[in-house]
Amino acid sequence: MTERDDQIQETSITDVFASFEGDVPASGRRSSPARLVRRYLPAVFAFLAVLLVWEGLTRLFGVESFVLSKPSEILNSFSETSGLIWGAGMRTLFEAAGGFVIGTSLAVATSLAAAHWVGFRQGVLPLAIVLNATPIAALAPIFNNWFGLTNPFSKMAVVAVVVYFPVMINTTRGLLEVDPAELELMRSLAASPSEVTRRIRIPRALPYFFSSLKVASVLSLIAAIIAEYFGGPQDVLGQYIVNRAQLFQFPDAWAAILVASILGVVFYLLILAAERWLMPWHVSFRTSE
Amino acid sequence: MSAPVVEARGLGKVFGTGEAETEALRGIDLEIAEGDFVSLIGPSGCGKSTLLRLIGDLVSPTTGTLVVNGKEPRQSRLDRDYGIVFQSATLLDWRSVQKNVELPLEIMDFPDAERPTRAREMLDLVQLAGFADHHPWQLSGGMQQRVAIARALAFRPALLLMDEPFGALDEMTREAMQQEVLRVWGETGTSVVFVTHSIPEAVFLSTRVVVMSPRPGRISDEIMVDLPPKRDLDTREDPRYFELVIEVREALRRGESGSSGS
Ligand SMILES: Nc1ncnc2c1ncn2[C@@H]1O[C@H](COP(=O)(O)OP(=O)(O)O)[C@@H](O)[C@H]1O
Ligand SMILES: [Mg+2]
Repeated sequence: MTERDDQIQETSITDVFASFEGDVPASGRRSSPARLVRRYLPAVFAFLAVLLVWEGLTRLFGVESFVLSKPSEILNSFSETSGLIWGAGMRTLFEAAGGFVIGTSLAVATSLAAAHWVGFRQGVLPLAIVLNATPIAALAPIFNNWFGLTNPFSKMAVVAVVVYFPVMINTTRGLLEVDPAELELMRSLAASPSEVTRRIRIPRALPYFFSSLKVASVLSLIAAIIAEYFGGPQDVLGQYIVNRAQLFQFPDAWAAILVASILGVVFYLLILAAERWLMPWHVSFRTSE
Repeated sequence: MSAPVVEARGLGKVFGTGEAETEALRGIDLEIAEGDFVSLIGPSGCGKSTLLRLIGDLVSPTTGTLVVNGKEPRQSRLDRDYGIVFQSATLLDWRSVQKNVELPLEIMDFPDAERPTRAREMLDLVQLAGFADHHPWQLSGGMQQRVAIARALAFRPALLLMDEPFGALDEMTREAMQQEVLRVWGETGTSVVFVTHSIPEAVFLSTRVVVMSPRPGRISDEIMVDLPPKRDLDTREDPRYFELVIEVREALRRGESGSSGS
């Protein structure tokens, strides 16, 4: 229970996101509106600049819409088809969120078991790391077959499997990567293994858990849309995008992609908010007083 | 009540096996009476921490017998007979100062109503009452170490084990903390085993200084500190204090040369 030599490999994508989080302002909890503006203004400008250049170049060179639609066309479609694409977006989000909850729950259960039983950890973790390297979206046709093409659960299953690995691997790592001095302190207090898990391992694992959740939130939408490409109900983002593209209605397809990315960002921000609420003590959120 | 709090006979500890074998301690005989303040002093690597950790059942002896509070060390740990303070405070970042002090009380199932009262008493004792709601990272090193002491004493253990608790502090803070520990010791009547590599610190604090020598770690000398029980600034200027400092220094030197000769 106290062995901690296990070096569990973290997925590289998590590192990328972790470094991105380093950007979070240290004074996060009490940012004034003025600070927020100052902080995000460059990003807003960059975003607008990209749109302008995009619009300008496509106009200048007369790029056809099926090659690259103009932002103005996309925005036009975005407002005209808003009922349709937001409806599709909500159904896709339902699949993504359902799969996210299932995958995360299973991952946390596995992690707790892995932290508790050395044998379990030694048997299961290498297997998990191997499976993690499998392109999981390839499972979509199989799940369609298992659970039924029109059953949203077949999409949730794909999402759950995609979400499962990064969350499980990172959370397990967090549960095991505990300061030996803290374990010694708990031993001196004759604390039971479950006390150690509750009072040391879980709080210590929270930062790892949340950083994997942020990755998983984005992955879950990607996985849901890819799963939808493999067939199923038509009123979801994946199928909508495929259908509009086949009809050469590319601005519509782009508008649906825009909905997907807005949903992805909102999902991500929700996790970020939950993280701050649950671990206000964490280094990256500390206020200097 | 004359049974010793710690009684070691021929205690030895070997880490590892074969090539990687390290004999950390050999033939340790040590008796610590109730109310004693005993310092373990010796060069780095002579097994001071190992001896302390043996008493706390954080490692097990290879040879010899050890009785803590009249029991097997393991039983003594399970009975929560001792509190321990390490060189680093090891406070939990996600808990306030008060909640850190309550940690042992939670683990030991103290009643909900009693925990905050106890914790506040302890914070009073280490003069940190005003910092109960702060978080560890908002405190200086010395303050963090005082919280660790409050935590170690919160459940009123019979024995306090301290492993170079002030090693990381500057000289001024260190002297203030020494005074603090003596006051706490006077008020609680706990027996203390205190690891240090500072000779003045050992003499100033202790009723007895145990001098250790390395390779393998043994007890080479024991020096009774016959200074008045009340220690303060005057103590540090007492001629007897200087004599004792010299005595301990010479004992340390003898221990080192003795070990290289054998
Ligand atoms: N867990 C351990 N495993 C192997 N060797 C150890 C361990 N703990 C201590 N030692 C060795 O035992 C000797 C005594 O160490 P220690 O008790 O920490 O000395 P001190 O506290 O006096 O500096 C050292 O040689 C050290 O390397
Ligand atoms: Mg040491």
